[in-house]
Amino acid sequence: MRREAKKHTARGVSFNPLHLIQARIDAWVMARVKRQPGPIAISRGRVYIVPTRFGSGYALMLLVMLLGAMNYSNSMAFLLTFLLAGLGLLCMYHTHANLANLRLRAGVTHPVFVDEIAHIEVRVDNPSRQARLSIGLSWPRAAQPADTQDIAPLQTATMRLPLAAARRGWLRAGAFSVATEYPLGLFHAWTWAELDISVLAYPRPAAARLVPPGSAGHGSLEASNRIGQDEFSGLRGYQRGDTARAIHWKSLPKSPQPMVKQFQEALDQDLWLEWHALPQLDVEARLSQLTRWVLDAEALQRRYGLRVPGTTIAPGQGDAHRFRCLKTLALYGADA
Amino acid sequence: MSDERGIADYLPVATLLRLLLVLTLVYAPHVTHLPLWETGLLVALLIWRALAATRQWRMPPRALRVGLVVASVGGIYASYGHVSGQTAGTALLCLMGALKLVELRARRDVMVMVFLMYFMLVTHFFYSQEIWTSIYLLVSCVAITALLIECQHLGALPPRQTLRKAGVMVAQALPLMLILFVLFPRIPGPLWGLPADAGATARTGLSDSMSPGDIASLIQTDAVAFRVHFDGPAPPPEQRYWRGPVFDFFDGRTWKPSWISRQPLAADAVRYLGQPVRYEATMEATRMPWLLALDLPSDRGLPDDVRLNHNGELLARRPVIERRRYTVTSYPQYALDPQLDARARQRLTRLPKGRDPRTLALAQSWRAQGLTDRQIVDAALNMIRNENFVYTLRPPALGADSIDEFLFDTRRGFCEHYSSAFTFLMRAAGIPARVVTGYQGGTLNALGDYYVVNQADAHAWSEVWFDGSWHRIDPTAAVAPNRIEDGLSAAIDSADGLPAYLAHRTAWRDALKLRWDWLNARWNGLVLGYGPELQQQFLQRFGLGDLRSMILALTILVTGTLALVGAVLMRRAAPARTQDPALREWQRLTRRLARRGLPAHPGEGPRDYIARVQQTHPEWCDALQTALDLYLSSRYLDTPNAARVAELRRAVTAARI
Repeated sequence: MRREAKKHTARGVSFNPLHLIQARIDAWVMARVKRQPGPIAISRGRVYIVPTRFGSGYALMLLVMLLGAMNYSNSMAFLLTFLLAGLGLLCMYHTHANLANLRLRAGVTHPVFVDEIAHIEVRVDNPSRQARLSIGLSWPRAAQPADTQDIAPLQTATMRLPLAAARRGWLRAGAFSVATEYPLGLFHAWTWAELDISVLAYPRPAAARLVPPGSAGHGSLEASNRIGQDEFSGLRGYQRGDTARAIHWKSLPKSPQPMVKQFQEALDQDLWLEWHALPQLDVEARLSQLTRWVLDAEALQRRYGLRVPGTTIAPGQGDAHRFRCLKTLALYGADA
Repeated sequence: MSDERGIADYLPVATLLRLLLVLTLVYAPHVTHLPLWETGLLVALLIWRALAATRQWRMPPRALRVGLVVASVGGIYASYGHVSGQTAGTALLCLMGALKLVELRARRDVMVMVFLMYFMLVTHFFYSQEIWTSIYLLVSCVAITALLIECQHLGALPPRQTLRKAGVMVAQALPLMLILFVLFPRIPGPLWGLPADAGATARTGLSDSMSPGDIASLIQTDAVAFRVHFDGPAPPPEQRYWRGPVFDFFDGRTWKPSWISRQPLAADAVRYLGQPVRYEATMEATRMPWLLALDLPSDRGLPDDVRLNHNGELLARRPVIERRRYTVTSYPQYALDPQLDARARQRLTRLPKGRDPRTLALAQSWRAQGLTDRQIVDAALNMIRNENFVYTLRPPALGADSIDEFLFDTRRGFCEHYSSAFTFLMRAAGIPARVVTGYQGGTLNALGDYYVVNQADAHAWSEVWFDGSWHRIDPTAAVAPNRIEDGLSAAIDSADGLPAYLAHRTAWRDALKLRWDWLNARWNGLVLGYGPELQQQFLQRFGLGDLRSMILALTILVTGTLALVGAVLMRRAAPARTQDPALREWQRLTRRLARRGLPAHPGEGPRDYIARVQQTHPEWCDALQTALDLYLSSRYLDTPNAARVAELRRAVTAARI
């Protein structure tokens, strides 16, 4: 809790007592948020609500109006002040009801490479006949919701939380908040949820042409084909990790995606991507290089196998094979 | 800071244009009392902002914005002489709102504008508290709230949607408003004192002096002066003289009050005769201390801050800056001032020296004939009655010897000319006399059983002292007797300057006006007049007179209403019931299983789910199978079949889970 408060101080908002209240509620709740497979129904009791900065401003404005009405004994000013006061109180209920009873489920989250942004997909169901507007998802202590959407009655919105993949392996999504300030922005209603979502981060692919795989074979090099610079063999679509030098700049304005020049000695034998072929590199660099080779081989539509200590994947091809190889690389050295 | 918020704070052009529209709506009623240059500037800023948004002009540099603000504050100061107070403050608020437009670019700025507009709505009530104003402002309130709703959304929302939501929210807030209005403890104001220009709009009404043309200009406004409800039968029209400011000093052109008006009426100076008339008057604000009362008021049961002065005027301690209700007992028959000492006699016969010689000569000739005071009064009245005097709202302009010119040359005038000349004539003859201004007449509103007295009923007459008392002498009655009996429109026609609203009267318009006035009177009485006293009176009826029970009732009612609205909102936010009855029964079953710790896995069909449960709980095997078969057949195989659904319902109910 103290840690939370300190972070707020760093952002310079702790002068606002409402933020402190919010931070205290958050600290209390966060300690109790359970990781759940979902769906999580946001029950009424789990919706927290505090006035926003504008809510406090609104209250102050009403106070000034009330004093003015008293001073001038102006009945109409009293009426308007009370109307706005009623509106403000009602806003709390409307904001609360805008969030209550939504259901959260895990969506499809695609694996990413290290240093990329994973988009954690959360499906938000609106099981009621009332449209829910401006529902935002955000990570703890984010100034702004990462994604804000409307959810029509009985519909589902697919919302995405960006998560930077800092390391390879399984990344847990962690707790996030679902919040809204609709309709008047005077109150901030929110709740915390943690869905059992993990995203797989593959190792970062090495630069395209560090070591050609053709020469990587260590005694088992059946193929001497390699992707090198010997012969220009055509263009292919840009992939992550391709160097800027390989990009075919001339075609850039014409084609919808950047193209990359490809050089190849055409051969047709199975390719073995070997851990031991890269003795000069450390573990992570090796994994990066192997990842690059998997991607390249897949792009060339070659059959390839993967050998890392403890695991051997027989040569194959296609998305499932690629996934198996990349997952093996991602989880290399992990306990599981 | 807006950079940090980035796209979330982006203000769509549509929202901005709607803001300008709502702002125009809020400004519109203020136009009538803002200085012309400010109205022009507001319009220019609104148009400029609309064009800047649609044509993507650049915002002006900071120096120019600051310059504009400084210039506007200077402009307000130049127009009003100060920048605080009611009118200048309102003008400044309007201007600041428009200047905010110049730097407005983010959604958050719109929120600030919204608050400013809510505040501007309140300032309208300084100027008007009519029913129409209130309806207009309620509509404006919905529009502002719709704008606020739009601000909470990324991208513009259709106005129908936001207006609808705002309308619903304002409608829900109305009961809360009523509860707070009735029960919120009122304390007698003011809290910190009113600015000098409080109640500045109340300009029509009698003034504290009388020159030729003053009363005639009052006639031009179609405004209510006060309304009266008599406890018993109303006195006849010729007795309905409503006494206002009394003037006993004349400078040759203008009648003014003298120092004596600060003296209270001595107890032995007046003898009330005949039957008293008791009535309750509700007077519109005048910014003057006079309270109108039927000639002659007594000091019985007067409010604490009101006293009866030496001239028989009712004076409040402070000017009446808001509508005021008071009860008075008057005696149409009275004897005032049985004795006049020499000093009083001298004060009441004093005339400016060296003026109006012909009038002086006429009065002295009457005196020389040896006429008594009463006979001189009659002679003067006969002169007005029989010679060619004309009662008109368009009298010719008068020169230095205004009384002479009126009595002997022009002979055309309105009641102030007649009363002024008559009083002068009496004083010239050595008879103590003074001018009384006020109202005469009043129209019965049968709907509400009250009389409404309009500014058109403004009047001036004379009081002459003879035979041991003051006598009310109305020279207007001599020239135009039907003015007293039937009102102004009977005595004068439009050629003589009768205002259009009085000239073009029809029966249905009068009837409509009567009803509208009645509605306004109720509005004034129940809503606008609801202050500490009325609240006390009203709540006492329910046993809520003291502060504690007031606050308790307030809390209970507000909480109750909020809970009610909250319950409705939660009901609407609750998961919708499925339309398919078979599915509903099935969900009933699965809920019971889930409570037993056996929820369906995501993506698991009914068949697999039940099979899984049957494996772990063989004792429910048959019941579940029956329910499953019925459910699958009624949902997927058969056409909708009520009997089968009923069977399913029984099966689900019978299942012992």
